Amino acid sequence: MTGQAMNGEAAIEILSPGPLASVQDLGRHGCLALGVGRSGAMDPLALTLANRLVGNEAGIAGIEFTLGAFALRFHADAVFALTGADCRATLDGLALPPLWCMTARAGQVLKGGAARGGMRSYLAVAGGFRVAPVLGSASTDLKGGFGGWEGRALRPGDRLPLRAAGRAVPHCDWGLAPESLAALCGPADAPIRVVAAAEYGLFDAAARRDLVEAEWTIQPDSNRVGYRLAGPALALTRRVELLSHGILPGTIQVPPSGQPVIQLSDANTCGGYPKIGAVIGADLWRLGQARLGSRLRFALVERAAAVAALRRQALAAEALFARLDRARRAVA
Amino acid sequence: MAEPVPPLHTSWLGEGAVLCQSDPAPLEPALQERFWTLAEAVRRLPFAREAVPGMNNLLVMIDPDAEGEAAVAAIRQCWATAGRRAVAGREVTIPVRYGGEGGYDLAHVAAVTGLAPAEVVRRHSAGCYVVYALGSQPGFGYLAGLDPALAVPRRDVPRVRVEGGSVVIGGAQTGVISRTSPSGWHVIGTTDLPFFDPDRDPPALLAPGDTIRFTIESLVP
Repeated sequence: MTGQAMNGEAAIEILSPGPLASVQDLGRHGCLALGVGRSGAMDPLALTLANRLVGNEAGIAGIEFTLGAFALRFHADAVFALTGADCRATLDGLALPPLWCMTARAGQVLKGGAARGGMRSYLAVAGGFRVAPVLGSASTDLKGGFGGWEGRALRPGDRLPLRAAGRAVPHCDWGLAPESLAALCGPADAPIRVVAAAEYGLFDAAARRDLVEAEWTIQPDSNRVGYRLAGPALALTRRVELLSHGILPGTIQVPPSGQPVIQLSDANTCGGYPKIGAVIGADLWRLGQARLGSRLRFALVERAAAVAALRRQALAAEALFARLDRARRAVA
Repeated sequence: MAEPVPPLHTSWLGEGAVLCQSDPAPLEPALQERFWTLAEAVRRLPFAREAVPGMNNLLVMIDPDAEGEAAVAAIRQCWATAGRRAVAGREVTIPVRYGGEGGYDLAHVAAVTGLAPAEVVRRHSAGCYVVYALGSQPGFGYLAGLDPALAVPRRDVPRVRVEGGSVVIGGAQTGVISRTSPSGWHVIGTTDLPFFDPDRDPPALLAPGDTIRFTIESLVP
């Protein structure tokens, strides 16, 4: 088990976590049959990018901040990167560009302002945090109360120990131009792509049309468990009683109200509401950055298009990370 | 004579999962055994990442790079040939303190079913339940075998907080809440058995195929 870092130990100290901060990696896989959900970063691309900026493997746990407004103190020298939603971060008052990798010196304070243009920001530190994996992942299962940092959201005063403590810390001060993410992220205003699910054909023609033609508003009570959408009520041609079955992040359920719910990282592993579709894997990160109250549109695609989109995204990520690695070596 | 193989319906859930179901029917133990057997068989397929049994269904997570039609065909082949085997599960006895502070809905369940509280408890503890699947929350077992006379519709508005260890009835099902969480099921008792501990191996107390008996540790009608 990990414990609170002792005074003087290499750590970062949370001064203010903002609305919700938690330790997350790319999720807990292989435990659905135990009733244990995925958890993990809501924007896995941004977490991966933060890790690659500091030279970590993609799957190392970082901190997911929600809507910015956080502050933390470095109690040791450390290389860190901040990605995802731009929160106009400052290090001891010095403004950091978004997508930046920087060396913090012991005692320095990193502050995030209100996030703009997105929902979640990710902090990675070179070497990662010393957080013990639970069931194969360092992600916090916020509902289950395990994993991550003591199985809970971060609080003021938490001191997360750094794994790379004691090693020489190089000087870093570099980052990515936001335009360099264009190939990876695609157009910001593109519809969220959806593959039809088991009960798609049981929805009436108006519902199937509304799914892709209407604008859907993300309701304010949405969170890491799921996003509730408001729009035209989606109706079935007949009432169906489903037996409980496995569901996944991205599953779009339609409860009797007709207002869809998109299951996300902290979703339950089983559900019983009719499923009109599922958001494709390549677009899940965009939901993770979609602001509460904002509007989105859906487009229906075939599975083959979903697979192709995931492949294109993986290739774009590889190309970007290869450029990053070359740039980091050149700087070093 | 081999029994006829029931139909299997498959549908994609995103690009990385296939939901396998049979014809809609009341829960059937023989069908559940087929889905357990299917889960075992598909876990050996090279493209399968996870197999998640539900109630008379199975969700199979597959490598998104796998060729879709071939993957579905391989799952269907398993269904056609794997047959069904009963799972030799463990017998788990769950001592319950029925009613009182930790069973605050016992009177409500009694009122809705028209049975005396003691009779609700007698019937609940007389049952032999089979764990069909784990899901919804870590270590929560979906059980079959509730006396139909004990079925009570779920609450219209779920409670925000139901303690882990609460023995509950929801619709035609019963179970034990494994982690303190919101729930719309009715709380008729409490047990101290730990149903999920991530540091234990296996982390879940129950597994599909286990049989469960509830025993009366105490009763406050």
